[in-house]
Amino acid sequence: MSMQVYLDYAATTFTAPEVVTAMTPFFTESFGNPSSIYSFSERNRKAIAKARQQVADVIGASADEIFFTSGGTEADNWALKGAAWRGRSKGNHIITTKIEHHAVLHTAQFLQENGFDVTFLDVDAEGRVNLDDIRKAVTEKTILLSVMFANNEIGTMQPVAEIGAFCREKGILFHTDAVQAVAHVPIDVKAMNIDMLSLSAHKFYGPKGVGALYIRKGTRIENFMHGGGQEKGRRATTENVPGIVGLGAAIELTSGRMAEASARIGKLRDMLIEGVMESIPHAKLNGAPSGERLPNNANFSFIGIEGETLLLDLDGAGIYGSTGSACSSGSLDPSHVLMAIGLSHELAHGSLRLTLGEEITEEDIQYVLSTLPGIVKHRREMSPLWEDYMKKIEGGR
Amino acid sequence: MYSEKVLDHFQNPRNVGEIENPDGVGQAGNPKCGDIMKIYLRVENDVITDIKFKTFGCASAIASSSMATELVKGKTVEEAWELTNRAVADALDGLPPVKMHCSVLAEEAIHAAINNYRRNKDLPVWEEESHDELVEHHAHHHH
Repeated sequence: MSMQVYLDYAATTFTAPEVVTAMTPFFTESFGNPSSIYSFSERNRKAIAKARQQVADVIGASADEIFFTSGGTEADNWALKGAAWRGRSKGNHIITTKIEHHAVLHTAQFLQENGFDVTFLDVDAEGRVNLDDIRKAVTEKTILLSVMFANNEIGTMQPVAEIGAFCREKGILFHTDAVQAVAHVPIDVKAMNIDMLSLSAHKFYGPKGVGALYIRKGTRIENFMHGGGQEKGRRATTENVPGIVGLGAAIELTSGRMAEASARIGKLRDMLIEGVMESIPHAKLNGAPSGERLPNNANFSFIGIEGETLLLDLDGAGIYGSTGSACSSGSLDPSHVLMAIGLSHELAHGSLRLTLGEEITEEDIQYVLSTLPGIVKHRREMSPLWEDYMKKIEGGR
Repeated sequence: MYSEKVLDHFQNPRNVGEIENPDGVGQAGNPKCGDIMKIYLRVENDVITDIKFKTFGCASAIASSSMATELVKGKTVEEAWELTNRAVADALDGLPPVKMHCSVLAEEAIHAAINNYRRNKDLPVWEEESHDELVEHHAHHHH
């Protein structure tokens, strides 16, 4: 059988079989509406309560601070719009960064179009936001700061605890989009002074279409979905019981093996990075060094080739990755994250993200290392950009 | 997303490479938009007897370059000048709308190479449409 290596775990994971098993009874046997008072629905109410506790335990929250949503995007929308709407009597200034996921970025832009002032902070060449820049950006009208826990493209982790301590001292709400980080790296919302945190089940072997927003007790934000009394009236709609059960089971399962998994996956990721940097001339690693980035994330740029070309060639070899090139997205601009860390258009177009997970073995990494250099060489040979680049380098000698 | 022909020309591009001491060379595109095409011509008795390309870009850009070179090889310079981006896209059994500009680049690169040849021959250059004009032109074609 030909090799198939899925290296796009940051896009989505498979749902763990244990998680599917936990969810299954809630589709067919125990289908009652949790809001119905008869005993038939009791099992569902208990299952939701258990999932709420499972999520709370992993991030150091209490169960009544967890609100289920349809995913990370909804959680981000709620946090930003809810805080802005409720806080507008105090001020209209919001601070975020240039490298947020579109769920935050586009929500912030929407608020900007609707009367809020938004500061989009720069990041350094490795994708880190600077605490001094945050300090300088704060005004007396600042009501909310939203900084992601770890970046989805380059894996760089932010100094969340420092930012949290600063915001708490200043009385500014602090939201973090932790969709890529939850259950993969340790998080403690209390110790880190996080007021709101977004998470999504399908990034840690749970089902798609379910996530949660942690809202610290006493944090005043507007309710999101108006309707019935679900989620204490803050986010109406009949609960997605199987999804919520899956979220709970997945977060417990994945965080339970976090230490072992991040050590194993981190080692394979380092092997991948070292191998690529050794075997492909003029390769560039994007993002922070190991230890300051998510253990499963590698992101490279190969000057002279375009990302979509690379993805299709890799696809032909059974390797599945992603790119920040414009060509793959249908828009004209390459990744806003890669541009924000100062990459040229050429390098941003030539990026490749490989994200590892549960089923990746050393053999898989060896296979990628035996395949990728040949693909890069082949495409560079037909690239006028590579030709010009080599002439420039040789001319410079 | 792509037709079989696009994938075939992407995976097995025809006429890749360079021509030594070419009679004409032309380039189109820029790294900002993620596509650059370079075309080399050998012209004998006003006929394009050989053509090679080098392309930086996505699958459609590479496939468009490959198909465009196939379409003009063996043609006279005048015939080659008449090659349109639509003909390139049609020969590939179509391109996704967002990728049509890749076929425009192939037309542009061939025009640039032909005018370079004409300049080398002390012939008057023919008027080239700019990329934006071509894209615009193409858009009107569609509506």
